[in-house]
Amino acid sequence: MFDNLSDRLGGVFKRLRGKGRLTPADVDEVMGEIRTALLEADVNVGVVRNVVERIRVQAVGTQVSEALDPGQQIIKIVNAELIAMLGGETLKITYASHPPTVVLMAGLQGSGKTTSAAKLAAWFRSQGRNPLLVGADLQRPAAVEQLRVLGAQIGVPVFSIAGDPVATAAAGLAEAQRLGRDVLIVDTAGRLAIDTEMMQQVADISKAVSPHYTFLVVDAMTGQDAVTVAKAFDETLAISGVILSKLDGDARGGAALSVKEVIGKPIAFAATGEKIDAFEQFHPDRMASRILGMGDVLTLIEQAEKVFEKDQAEATAAKLMDGEFTLEDFLDQLQQLKKMGSLSSVMGMLPGMPKEAKDAQISDDMVKVTEAIIRSMTAEERRKPEIINGSRRTRIAKGSGTQVSDVNKLVKQFSEMQKMMKRLGGGSGGKGSGKGGKGSGRGGLGAMFGGPPGAAHGGASGDIDLAAALGSRLSPR
Amino acid sequence: MNNSSLSMIFLLLAVAGLVFGIGVVVISRRKARAVPQIQRAAHVEVIAPVFEAVAVAPLSVRDRLAKARSSLSGAVGSVLGRSEINDATWLELEEALLRADVGVRVAQSLLGALQTRVKAKEITTPAQLIDALRDNMSSQLVGTSRDLNFEANVGGPNIWLMVGVNGAGKTTSLGKIAAQQIALGRTVLMAAGDTFRAAAGEQLSTWAERSGAQIVRGAEGGDPSAVIFDGVQSAHSRNIDLVLADTAGRLQSNTNLMEELRKVRRVAEKGAGKVTEVLLVIDATTGQNGLQQARQFTEATQVTGVVLTKLDGSAKGGIVFAIETELGIPVKLVGLGETIDDLILFHPTEFIDALFE
Repeated sequence: MFDNLSDRLGGVFKRLRGKGRLTPADVDEVMGEIRTALLEADVNVGVVRNVVERIRVQAVGTQVSEALDPGQQIIKIVNAELIAMLGGETLKITYASHPPTVVLMAGLQGSGKTTSAAKLAAWFRSQGRNPLLVGADLQRPAAVEQLRVLGAQIGVPVFSIAGDPVATAAAGLAEAQRLGRDVLIVDTAGRLAIDTEMMQQVADISKAVSPHYTFLVVDAMTGQDAVTVAKAFDETLAISGVILSKLDGDARGGAALSVKEVIGKPIAFAATGEKIDAFEQFHPDRMASRILGMGDVLTLIEQAEKVFEKDQAEATAAKLMDGEFTLEDFLDQLQQLKKMGSLSSVMGMLPGMPKEAKDAQISDDMVKVTEAIIRSMTAEERRKPEIINGSRRTRIAKGSGTQVSDVNKLVKQFSEMQKMMKRLGGGSGGKGSGKGGKGSGRGGLGAMFGGPPGAAHGGASGDIDLAAALGSRLSPR
Repeated sequence: MNNSSLSMIFLLLAVAGLVFGIGVVVISRRKARAVPQIQRAAHVEVIAPVFEAVAVAPLSVRDRLAKARSSLSGAVGSVLGRSEINDATWLELEEALLRADVGVRVAQSLLGALQTRVKAKEITTPAQLIDALRDNMSSQLVGTSRDLNFEANVGGPNIWLMVGVNGAGKTTSLGKIAAQQIALGRTVLMAAGDTFRAAAGEQLSTWAERSGAQIVRGAEGGDPSAVIFDGVQSAHSRNIDLVLADTAGRLQSNTNLMEELRKVRRVAEKGAGKVTEVLLVIDATTGQNGLQQARQFTEATQVTGVVLTKLDGSAKGGIVFAIETELGIPVKLVGLGETIDDLILFHPTEFIDALFE
């Protein structure tokens, strides 16, 4: 895996420590690292050049002091710059006074138009609208069939007629008016930006339906070409925004930044999974830390939200803070954790994981071993691990196929965590109150991963993001 | 268990605790504010589509590759326009390589070697520099066999497995390979192992009709391993030479789906027949993530070759340099257009020529 920016800068600043002020040569070195980090995230070369210059201006003269970590200061500058570039006004969807509101989907082959069209339809439905999908991709075999299947799954009608895509789109508009559907989403065939004939065709489709919104679907894995493609589509169709697809992978998604910077159109939506509801409005702040490889706490939160049973989580949380969290509960936790994906991918999303932790092969076997040990305990032992004596220990080790020392360590570490949690819970005031919960989450992050310098960096930036993002998430939509 | 794995237990605990803490935060704040829960639609699984489109008039390989002005050509012109090699020369060449998605590491290693030679006065003129760069790039891509591997006498059909991320072009490439292999006189059966994406089976059926291949399909949502196993069995009993097995697109970071793929490969060889090619399909527009794709898919399925699709667009597919040099996986086929004949064998020199011209 690529090193994240915080690791890269950490290395540079280690050498610079003790210097009072960054010399131009030092700044050059720092900028070089930032440049590489951005390029490895697939940010467009031209955009990188500009953004590095802007950051340089702000970074020159940054004080190097022990107290204020210069690396962190730089990261803050970079992060703020990226958020500013990605952000600006988010696209607000307004509805046409004379329905239907028409949405046109365009993009390269395989970027995810058909799937995004269906996901967008589901999103409109969740907003209380009644969309109609039009399959105007008459080129790819079974594309319309795919749309029909997806439409049936989400309960949105699909309209298409064989023959000419322009005529299909126009007929779809008439059909929406006839049926009184208030949103029309037109899926089109994938096309290369340099294919003039096909670009003319999509321009004709656009003319036939006069869309209120035209979305360009861009694969998050796209490299330098994203800008070329976005420019060409924007010139032909005057796009209103971008839908970033396949953002659930491990691509850094520098394409998003590049497209926003070059054509000045916002990223409207992001597709974050294979499920139809894995589709959301875009959050620039998360993308910035992702591009920099600084973890993705927010995605983690969302995945956690999806898999954690609310009531169960609340009950366990209360226990956790009262220090009544048992190995039984921990086992439950592990099950939930497993639902969130592989352990290494979960770890990857955590900012500031110590380097040793990232480098170590964290396999899901580790979860299995831990599980095996706990499962070899009796119910009473799980509730009260302190009763585990020598003979019980031997039995548990035998039962789980581990060594006695492994059992020991698990029990010991568990009790340490328990203590820590109790302390955090006690300090945060009433359980369940918003502030208290927040305090424990953040404190937990810092306390648990505190120690190694790398951890301190990331932990801190994670805190900032977490706090900001929680604020924005929880404000009324 | 060794020491490091033990410290992992603690990390596990910590992660569980953290996740938990976050869960609490979100839930309790939500509750406090009484923000209504968003109704989620029924969980329906979908995958992005694989491309296919209209036929275009056939052009020569070089014409088609050069259709979009190459990113390197501009830089080359400008470098050659100078009388000497200076800082601007290096910057221009580096940016041009990066624009072709070659990646920072490969670009720097290519240019680093040249910088040493310039310093040693082995290279003195811009023209020599460009030639040397070209040679360097070619030498990185030569020396590997790029033929599609077909073995006689394996006691059953040869099995070629198509793998890759969503939307890379697996189904379409499979369709074209089928048509070409049939034209070579082989009998082909398609196994529709993409049981996940809506209508993927229909898409493959269309290709089977077009190419004259046989096809074995399973139920949508069924076990892909079983479908492919059935395909192999049925090909064996009908004495068919080659099974082309399609699989659902998956992101390499999705562990469960990668496990499924590992199983697909294992089960494919359970009956008579042998997996003689595992082709990773990569879209030429892919950036640096392509290397990660190649790494993970190889780890799971022992990829034997890359199919670089959609090279007829403006993207240059430079990531294949890193894939070949760092992982040693050869590019075997490139997709240059939408007709069956547009999927051709990869020729490194033509590829590099097209970058420079």
